[in-house]
Amino acid sequence: MAVATPPQSKTLPIGRTRHRGDTIFSWIARAAGLVIVIVLAGVALFLIFEGAPVLTAESGVSGFLSYVWPLLFGTLLSSAIALIVATPLAIGIALFVTQYAPPKVAAPFGYLVDLLAAVPSVVIGLWGANYLGKHLVPVYQWLGAHLSWIPLFAGPSSATGRTMMTAGLVLAIMILPIVTALCREVFRQAPRLQKEAALALGATRWEMLRSVVLPFGRSGIISATLLGLGRALGETMAVALVLSTSGGVTFNLIGSANPSTVAANVALKFPESTGIDVNRLIATGLVLFVITFLVNVVGRVVVRRGGEVGAGG
Amino acid sequence: MSADVLELERPRGDALARALQGGQMSRTAVWGVVAFTLAVGIVLTFPVLHIGPVAAVLVTAPIVIVGTWAVSRAVEGARRATDRLVTMLVMTSFALAVAPLVSVLWTVVQNGLARFDTQFFTSDMRGVIGEGGGALHAIMGTLLITSATAVISVPIGILTAIYLVEYGRGALARWITMLVDVMTGIPSIVAGLFAFALFRIFFGPAIRFGIGGAVALSVMMIPIVVRTTEEMLRIVPNDLREASYALGVPKWRTVVQVVLPAAASGISAGVIVAVARIIGETAPLLIIAGATTNLNFNLFSGRMATLPVFTFSSYAQPGFPPEAAKDRAWAAALTLMLLVMILNLVARLIARLLAPKTA
Repeated sequence: MAVATPPQSKTLPIGRTRHRGDTIFSWIARAAGLVIVIVLAGVALFLIFEGAPVLTAESGVSGFLSYVWPLLFGTLLSSAIALIVATPLAIGIALFVTQYAPPKVAAPFGYLVDLLAAVPSVVIGLWGANYLGKHLVPVYQWLGAHLSWIPLFAGPSSATGRTMMTAGLVLAIMILPIVTALCREVFRQAPRLQKEAALALGATRWEMLRSVVLPFGRSGIISATLLGLGRALGETMAVALVLSTSGGVTFNLIGSANPSTVAANVALKFPESTGIDVNRLIATGLVLFVITFLVNVVGRVVVRRGGEVGAGG
Repeated sequence: MSADVLELERPRGDALARALQGGQMSRTAVWGVVAFTLAVGIVLTFPVLHIGPVAAVLVTAPIVIVGTWAVSRAVEGARRATDRLVTMLVMTSFALAVAPLVSVLWTVVQNGLARFDTQFFTSDMRGVIGEGGGALHAIMGTLLITSATAVISVPIGILTAIYLVEYGRGALARWITMLVDVMTGIPSIVAGLFAFALFRIFFGPAIRFGIGGAVALSVMMIPIVVRTTEEMLRIVPNDLREASYALGVPKWRTVVQVVLPAAASGISAGVIVAVARIIGETAPLLIIAGATTNLNFNLFSGRMATLPVFTFSSYAQPGFPPEAAKDRAWAAALTLMLLVMILNLVARLIARLLAPKTA
């Protein structure tokens, strides 16, 4: 353990000289890494520990399931809207920034979209509840009047605009930057020679994109979507501010009686809860944690696979 | 560029022949068509249908896109028309992303200025009912909790990144990399619940204090710091490390005195961006730091107001009259936006000004 003697150090590889400072420093760095492992284990453990009493309480497992199901439904529905809106937009923006915009302005344009990620969610929520929702009211009225035969627009349409549709659109805006950033990254790596070959064969720009860039970026797009989904599922404040919640499970996107989402429900109910209610909220948080965890892991796996395929192709 | 290439090719089939012989719309012609359809859309939406700006965009954009596509199809053929259609869609999607950004900034500035005055920054909400009052307590709380978060997260984050880049081989490093990815995806509300569940065990169910908020926010900030630091350490050229080893400098001093200084500007910029990212987090603080009307400088005892929570609760539970509280909410939102913007600007300046001079 003592400082190595000169003859020994000669035989050691470069940078591997044994030194007390080295040992201490490497252990400090490793300890910091271990803190992350412990924290994550702690998140799971403490949530299980505090959430478990709900399952043994009077209403038991079925009671908890009937509590969490409408919330889960709301979470999935709003996230689905967000994905349906945000994914095509993000692909469009990423194509614009990497394939259409002149190189000189591409970077500032990309930065503009990144700026959207810097806006705190509570501010976007305020805007969504106050501005976007209000201005969407005529759209909802029109949908309710003319398309009410579609279950999604069954109505009666909300007078405040604080609907599931608005919540989904706000979520779409919030996940747009991350999905765009990831798509941009893959599209930028599309093989230049293949792109030029396609154009040389007489393809229009769109035909080139369809035959070269989009197939190349497919796994990247999928993983970007999944990571965006993870973000949308857990987003709290924007939904808490935008969505007016009083209803149960419904597919009506333009009404004022909506199911809440898991995250928003915790934020709204927690400050006033005591006793077993707190445990129940923590248990719903655990459900959310597990779902986002799985979505993120699948997303990362696709990224890794995609990386290998991309490198080979 | 594609047009030049096309003209060199011999026409094969109808579509191509048409593309070459049937004429191609000049730039002016395309813009003319776009301007015309745009005018049609605007005339239709405002004077005829009488609808608001958001609905107007929803009506006008399809008219312009479909109109231009139809003209292009008639003049230039299907392939060119599809190409123009996609170009327009791509540009529209970019515009659609920028529109909310501009709208958010505009709405916040417009509504926030009403109460963006000295009283707002010099008084708290103690005993205030209705008009007046300020956010001094919330601003102080945000500064204290954010600083505490940075104090916890920065050392852990940077050291973890050092471990991953300079030492990490084998299973533990792979696990940590994976877990950092997972941690990035933890919903903010779950981080808040975690901090609450943790401190509840020691302090009982009514526990609300600032440091708990800092712990919750650290769960969110650490992975960001790890990621950016890792990136910065990886681009430090290996030559520097080898030169240092060759001079007989031990590894740890190489890391501390050679590698870290080389990456310092990037790391500090990354840390500031991470601070900007978590300074607006609301949900965890709502749970573990709580809300209060009083100024509280003690992180370890008592509820602590923060700007995002203040924004939320002023808006969600405005009391009476609601206008005064809503004005305060917007002013707090504006303050928060300014803080975030300033932090991002500082980060860019640091990254640019302090960057190591390369060859």
